[in-house]
Amino acid sequence: MPTTGQVKQAFFESRIGIAGIGILAILILVSALTVIFIPMETYKQWNNPASWTSFPKSAQPVWVNYFSEKKIPEHQIIKSSQTTLVSSQGAHALTTEFETDYESDFFPNDLIFEYGIRYEGSAVLQLDVTRPDGTVLRLISTSVPHASHGTVFYDRIFSTNDMIRKNLAMQSGAFSFETADLSTAEIVFSKFSQNEVLKGKYVFSAKIVGLAENEIVQSRMILGGKVFGLIGTDELRRDLAVGILWGIPIALFIGIVVSVGSVVAGLVYGVYAGYRGGRTDESMMRLNDVIYALPALPFLIILSVTISNSIFVLIGFLMLFGWVGVAKVSRSMALQIKTRQFVDAAKTMGQKDSRIIFRHIIPQILPYALASIAISVPAAITTEAGLSFLGLGDPSFPTWGQILHDAKSYGAAARGLWWWIVPPGVMIAITGLAFVFIGNALESVANPKLGR
Amino acid sequence: MGLKRYFAIRIAILFCVLLATLLVTIMLVGANMDSIMKKGVAIQVRGEIIENRDLVSGFRDTAELDRYIQEQTEQRIKNLGLDSPWYSPNRIGLAMYKILVLDFGHATFLMSDGGSSAVGDIILEKLPRTILLFTTATIIISLIGIFVGAMAGSKTHSKADRITSSFAIISSSFPVWWVGLIMIFAFSFYYNIFPARATPLIPPSDQGYIWALLYHMTLPLITIVMIGFGTWAYLVRNFMVGVMHEDFVLVKKAVGIRRRKIIFGSALKNAAPPIITVLALSLSGSLGGAIITEAVFDWPGMGRLYFEAINVMDLPVIIGATYVLTAFFLISIFIADLLYGYLDPRIRTG
Repeated sequence: MPTTGQVKQAFFESRIGIAGIGILAILILVSALTVIFIPMETYKQWNNPASWTSFPKSAQPVWVNYFSEKKIPEHQIIKSSQTTLVSSQGAHALTTEFETDYESDFFPNDLIFEYGIRYEGSAVLQLDVTRPDGTVLRLISTSVPHASHGTVFYDRIFSTNDMIRKNLAMQSGAFSFETADLSTAEIVFSKFSQNEVLKGKYVFSAKIVGLAENEIVQSRMILGGKVFGLIGTDELRRDLAVGILWGIPIALFIGIVVSVGSVVAGLVYGVYAGYRGGRTDESMMRLNDVIYALPALPFLIILSVTISNSIFVLIGFLMLFGWVGVAKVSRSMALQIKTRQFVDAAKTMGQKDSRIIFRHIIPQILPYALASIAISVPAAITTEAGLSFLGLGDPSFPTWGQILHDAKSYGAAARGLWWWIVPPGVMIAITGLAFVFIGNALESVANPKLGR
Repeated sequence: MGLKRYFAIRIAILFCVLLATLLVTIMLVGANMDSIMKKGVAIQVRGEIIENRDLVSGFRDTAELDRYIQEQTEQRIKNLGLDSPWYSPNRIGLAMYKILVLDFGHATFLMSDGGSSAVGDIILEKLPRTILLFTTATIIISLIGIFVGAMAGSKTHSKADRITSSFAIISSSFPVWWVGLIMIFAFSFYYNIFPARATPLIPPSDQGYIWALLYHMTLPLITIVMIGFGTWAYLVRNFMVGVMHEDFVLVKKAVGIRRRKIIFGSALKNAAPPIITVLALSLSGSLGGAIITEAVFDWPGMGRLYFEAINVMDLPVIIGATYVLTAFFLISIFIADLLYGYLDPRIRTG
């Protein structure tokens, strides 16, 4: 058995080991940057649909545009460009305008107008759009709830709004094609002659008319894009980049804690059994056999359903099933080592058993233990991912498996939403590979027979 | 003598494991099971009494009726032995005995395609399908794996060896179920060759059902084989590397026997004990892994049954399915032991 120094040296000579360390370093760096730049708060809101409303629905990643000949619309959040106030005969009309140059070859996904107004009494809100050809379409004209005192009212108008659809249906005479089955965005941004995108400058104007002075506290127009962010968004409008990037530290945490915990436990258990021998060994190994024969996955499922789906509890359960193999191997290694002379010498010198185990036997097995730690990380990560994929994940810590679970429940694969399923799986594989590489390099050093 | 004692110990251990699994499962779901059963009794009693018009009309007001129902329910619960807590040794013992003799009771929500709610019927209907898919896959995997692995292992550091090893490492890093999602994306969305859901749309009584099932099986089968055989090839390769350095192989090489004959004739035979052991184990392991894989493809087998049972918390089904999965797992572990003991002379002679 080689010494730790030799292992270190041989390890850094193996290309695969360096590659593994390299990937791991990148993953750690990215997770550090994620923790710093994407606030924990954003990540914690993952399962709260209300915090994702201003994001587009099922948008592809932005970089898809580099590979596509036609330009897919990006997500636009347009701030008001100018606000004018016209007062005459006691009526106050406040108009705020949103301008955009629409140059995409596809229609936007949807339109959302978000506003907050301070008003008193009754007020009417009108939303019009002036198209590049100069025509004006009335989208909506609605009254905000009557308020006897000055109040601030926040609301969103979605393009699926019935009144918008009715208004457009009334104005559909200008279009030379049937508009009944088209979405609002497909009508508003279309040429009159055929259902193609009319490119150019669009101006949305929101007008608030009231008897008292009113004020627009906040307003913005959202043109739902079909591409967004680094990884796109899912059906629930969540920015997948947040979930994928925050998944890295979570996965590393699960993998490393589980593997270190179970390998250390297995190592101590196995070495103790092997060192003591006899009855102790026999009974300890029987317990080992029992746990070895338990079907892990059904058990993990039942445990997480009945006891708790907390991620920390799951880590404990994964350890419970993880230590068995290591215990078996380290027992047989301890059986060999304890016959060596230096162990005898230590015994005759009157050293305590625990000291012999920790000082003389375990250091000999360390290279093997390190390799086992590295090799058992991917298993822990994939098992957690698998359980989450079945919908048994901890909702307060979204993981790659949970993203895939959502993708599965919205039928992402059969609907072709590839950006929702590819990144989580690739991340699971890359993380796993990093540790497999490191483990393989360590193992071929600790056990030179394999590489021969 | 040695062999007999070895097997006796193994059987004892595996039986203990079976009992332990059962006990733990019952303990875990017991409290829930109890309340569900009591609720079931209450609903049943209320139903029976309300149906009986003559009896109902005899009561003065609803309070009296409720009191009567309450009494009847308690009586029934007592008769069924549900009044003692679920963790009382009597009830746990009874529950374990029932399951040991394969009396799983009735499912709370789930039903077999044939319309039976007996857990035994449901499992009997699903089990063959899981065995069909995963046994076929395991056999194909091991055939390809043994062939590729033997070729790679006989010539280490060759191109074939490098490709096999790296494919094995990379493919084993991807979860099978994720590759399943990708395969569904590729073959049912993009190319539209195979259906996305592996459950045939026609009823099982139909004549063409078997063919429809086989057609729906193709995509999951390809996926499992694709991900599985790399690991296999790698395992066989590692066993072969050891054997190829044995003296008898070197002698045969020196005598001039053809390489192919050495590999598939004598070398593979010598690497057989561990290979067959792993084969038996992976057959059973595939049953456990079936839970997620079947969920991805909607394959109507044990795995999906388990998943559905968990989703609706159908406890009798959960207990029954866990028991059957465990039993299969243990039987294949035992077969692996048996084969290993038979093939490896060191254990045979004690």
